[in-house]
Amino acid sequence: MSALKTPVSGKDQQTGHPGAPVTLVEYGDYQCRHCGIAYPFIKRLLAEKEKDLLFVFRNFPLQEAHPAAYMAALAAEAAGRQGKFWLMHDMIFEHQDNLHGNSFIDFAAALDLDMQQFAQDWRSEAVKQKVEADFESGIRSGVNGTPTFFLNGEKVSYDETYESLLQAVEAVIPQQR
Amino acid sequence: MAETILAKGTTAPDFELYCTPDQRLKLRDLKGKRVILAFYPADWSPVCSDQMALYNEARKLFQQHNAEVIGISVDSKWCHLAFEKDRHLHFPLLADFEPKGEVSRLYGAYDEKEGQSKRALFVIDEQGVIQWSYLSPDGINPGADGILQALETMDNSQH
Repeated sequence: MSALKTPVSGKDQQTGHPGAPVTLVEYGDYQCRHCGIAYPFIKRLLAEKEKDLLFVFRNFPLQEAHPAAYMAALAAEAAGRQGKFWLMHDMIFEHQDNLHGNSFIDFAAALDLDMQQFAQDWRSEAVKQKVEADFESGIRSGVNGTPTFFLNGEKVSYDETYESLLQAVEAVIPQQR
Repeated sequence: MAETILAKGTTAPDFELYCTPDQRLKLRDLKGKRVILAFYPADWSPVCSDQMALYNEARKLFQQHNAEVIGISVDSKWCHLAFEKDRHLHFPLLADFEPKGEVSRLYGAYDEKEGQSKRALFVIDEQGVIQWSYLSPDGINPGADGILQALETMDNSQH
């Protein structure tokens, strides 16, 4: 019930150190409060474990529970088409308390995206399929809520603390050396 | 009365329960479709809400396998209605309310001590036979991976 069924690939949004011994995958929802809590933890982890960590974000929007979550996921992926996925990702989480339909247009403008291209990508079938494929891979991997983390393919026991993530990462690093 | 949950190969006991304040749903009316029965302890409790929210989103994946999901708990039809509205749930929640827990008992999914349904899943085929069942600890959201695997196994055995 607890292994990542879809391996990390070039289709994934990745940040951190390519070829790092540790890959952390998050299934997240931009309007999920708990994902908002985890957001700075990931930043800190990437800063502290710079050379050892690759981080992947996969979309798991609960559309009915969070009305802007799906649009947010599409917006981040659309920004990714212009090489600015992580900037959009950060901007969305940093404004998590106040997301609405127009937010993403404002964010895209603030990030200096090509607006016409963004509008087109945001509504494109390809971007929609990316988000839905992420969701499906999460369901198949036993994701039952957000955030759910996988570390080198194994589900992490995350208890909403930075320490639980740090310990999980540190438990994997020495084995690789 | 079943002591453990009904297993694969058992014919799913028929039932008729309220799915809205004025409509009842019979299991046999769904013959020809696959049915996912999700017994759960209570509306509004945190784990259940997550589980039902997840199934709400996973419905489109279930439907690709000709399957519909149905939730069942001992909550009343009015309680279900409020819960469905609040969470925007698009699948039926059945009220195993009177006699309390009768259908849950038939499936071995009733917790006598707590007076509520256990967290149990059943995947029933087009002919009304249980093809997969799973009992989850009360506090643990079982996700949907087991359900999808069961549906895929059923697809493969048909070909």
